[in-house]
Order: sequence, then structure tokens, then C-alpha cells
Amino acid sequence: MSLFISLVRTDLNIAFQHRGELLQPLWFMALVVALFPLGISPEAEQLRQLAGGVIWIAALLASLLGLEAVFQHDDKCGRLEQWLLADCGMLKLIAARLLSRWLVSGLPIVLISPLLGIWLQLQLDALVVLSLSLLLGTPIMTMLCALAAALTLGSRQASTLMSLLVAPLYVPLLIFATSAVRETQAGTQVDMQLLLITAMLVLALTLIPPAVAVALNIHLRE
Amino acid sequence: MSEATTSWQRIKVWFHRWGSPAWFYAASGHMIPWLWAGFALLALPGLYLGLFVAPPDYLQGDSYRIIFIHVPSAWMSMMIFALMAIFGLIGMVWRIRLAETMAICSAPIGAAFTLITLITGSLWGKPTWGTYWQWDARMTSELVLLFLYVGVLALYESIEEPRKAARAASLLALIGLVNLPIIHYSVQWWNTLHQGNTIRLNLAESSMDTSMLVPLLLLVVATKFYYAAVLLARSRSMLLHQDQHKNWPRELLVAD
Repeated sequence: MSLFISLVRTDLNIAFQHRGELLQPLWFMALVVALFPLGISPEAEQLRQLAGGVIWIAALLASLLGLEAVFQHDDKCGRLEQWLLADCGMLKLIAARLLSRWLVSGLPIVLISPLLGIWLQLQLDALVVLSLSLLLGTPIMTMLCALAAALTLGSRQASTLMSLLVAPLYVPLLIFATSAVRETQAGTQVDMQLLLITAMLVLALTLIPPAVAVALNIHLRE
Repeated sequence: MSEATTSWQRIKVWFHRWGSPAWFYAASGHMIPWLWAGFALLALPGLYLGLFVAPPDYLQGDSYRIIFIHVPSAWMSMMIFALMAIFGLIGMVWRIRLAETMAICSAPIGAAFTLITLITGSLWGKPTWGTYWQWDARMTSELVLLFLYVGVLALYESIEEPRKAARAASLLALIGLVNLPIIHYSVQWWNTLHQGNTIRLNLAESSMDTSMLVPLLLLVVATKFYYAAVLLARSRSMLLHQDQHKNWPRELLVAD
């Protein structure tokens, strides 16, 4: 367990040494959201209808930034081989990396989302559902991104390719999350959508870390 | 007991033979003409019955005839994805190279069927729904399926070492397989424009006339033969290309 904590702590330390890079996805997300009123209409009612979808799409795009950083450095300096040989097994180290990655890139998106929601004229109840859906959804996004990063380790144009691999897998998440925000605005119960996203989160937590381990194995052993 | 063991041994030997590229190359060479013959024998009567003999639909007129291409392609697009993932899994678990090859060779065929499904679907949509494209659940899922196929192919293309590339792409196909049930149940999940299932496994309950059902089923089976023939042909040429500097292709040429 101590190895787990120390890896998370190291990752966070390294991330905070490059604070500027940490903020870049957030600026990007804010910029994408700000382009919609400019591009479509500043009218409040129209923005309110688009808000859930716009913020979620901006979050998905932001998650694709800096994706190759998840494993690339460790691969270049040979640390991934050490992971492969570690006593505690690779899975624990992967879990630590996923946690630190979520704290650095997923959590800020959740925290900034109410602000962006206010820009797009969301009411309080919709803001809560939006943030809740992102809180449940960003770990799934982080895990899928890590999976794509692991799969593309040996490939040539990794960064473009990764977006191509991840985006289709985001589809169910996007459908249920935006439906939750829209239904809240319409005044209906959204337990179903939020529970389905939770189910996807549980499924992702169960299946994706081992899949990442398999992908890293394919890269390292061949 | 001993008899059972020997037949089990025989099955195992037969199974492991498929691991040899040389044996596969020879065996598949014998199979491909038969598969093409099966395809022609089913597809030609199917197309004839579907396009000329079957009566026009009382609501949709002749435009419904596109289902004789559309429905078999849609079934193939999903079936091939599942098979691709299964081949990939076999390749990853038992490290059988032929399974990896077949997984990769399935991808372009499946992508082509997906594209045909989307194109014929939108051509049918224009006279029937009044629009080429409707964001309904099944069309959207089919589009996502196409993106998944493209992802598998792009990942395979981008990694230099062929076996490593095949394994990574197989893993991605397995992950994408999670998407297939969503496609299947999307009809029930989201209530949309797209019509419900017309063909049920129990043929008596099926809401389709026999004159239309027979050509459709002929074409559904014909596309399976087509897939098998193209898959074997593609796998052969891929193995030959990868092994061009090895001994077995040379021995094969000498034997011919």
C-alpha cells in the first residue's frame, strides 16, 4: 500500500512542478464553452438548452489533451519495465497512476463545471446534476484515456490516433450524461441516467485497469 | 476410454495444424473456390428472387428492395466485429498467429459491410422518411461501429512490428465489443423513428411474407460465404507477405 501512496504522491509532485501545463486543459475547456455563445447565440434560453451537451463535449475534448503523457515518459526511461517486474504486481501501480491522473486532469474539470454552467445560464438543480455526472464520468474518461495511451505506446502518430480510439468509446457516457442534464431542466427524475453512469463506472473500474496491464504487456514483451 | 483419448488427440492435432502458415496456406487454397461457389449459388437466386420476383411492398413500393442488401450487411457488420474480437482473444490467449492474422483481416471486410449498411440505409431513408440521415439510435450506433473499425485498422497500421500491432488491435477490438450489445439493445432503449425487428427466430411469428423472406435469408447466408472466402484470401496474402523471406513459400513455389 505504501508503494501505491508514494507513487501517487510522486506523480502529484511532478504535476505541481508544472502548474502551467496543469491549467492548460481547463483554459481550453473554458475557451471551447465560450465559443458557443459567440458562434450560435447569446440568448439565454437557447444556451440553457445546449449547456449540458456543450460542457460535456468540452470536457471530453479537454481530456484528450496531453493524453500521451500518461505512460510515455515512464516508457522512455525504462520505468515501465520495472513496473512489470515489481513484487506487488503491475495492477497496483497502474491503479495508482490512474488515481493521480484523475486527481490532476479529471477533478479540476468537475470543479470548474459549475462556473461554466453559470456562463450558459444553467439553474441550480441542473448545475448539481451536471457536476455530479462529471464526478461520476471523469474517472471513466481518465481510464479510457489511459487505455488508449497504453495501446498506442509503440505507434507512430500516437496523439492523433489516441483521440480516434477514445472518442467512439465515450458515446454511451455522453448520451446518458447529457440526457440527465436535459431531463433535470425538463423537471423529470434522472436517477436512471445517473445510476447507469455509476454502473458504467463500476464496469470500467473492474475491466479497464487489467486491460491497461494487458496493453502494457503487449508493448513491453514483444 | 482410450478411444476417447485418441479422438481428443486427433482434434488437438487438427487444431494445432492451423498454427502452421504453410498448412493453412495449402488448406485454405482448397477451400476458397468452394466458398465462392456457395456464395454464387445463394446470392444469384437470392438477388433474382428479391429484385424481380418478390412483389412490391404495399406501402413502400419498390424502394423496400434495398433491404435485401441492407439487412444482410447490417448483420454482417456486427457479426464480423464479434468474430474479430473472438479471433483476437484466441490470438492473445493461445498466442496463435493465424488467429491474430484473421482478426486483422476481418477488420476491413467488416468496415466495408458497415459502410454499405450506412449508405443503403440513407438511400432507403430518403423516399421513406424523407431524409438521407436521421440521428436515430441504430444509425448512430452503426456509425460508431464504423469509427471503431477505423480505430482498429488505424492502430494496426501505426505500429511497425506486425505481431505487436495485431495484438494491440485485437485488444482494442475486444474493448469495442462492449459497444455491440449497446447497438443491439439501442432499439429498445431509445424510442425512435427506426422500425422495430421484423424477423424473429420463430418464423411463424415473423411479420414478413415468404416471397420476401426467402431471398432475404438466401442473401443472409450468402454474405457469410462471401466473408469466409474473402477472409481466407486476405489471410493467405498477409501470411505470404509477412513470411516472404521464410522457407515455406519457397518450398510451395518449388512444389508447384
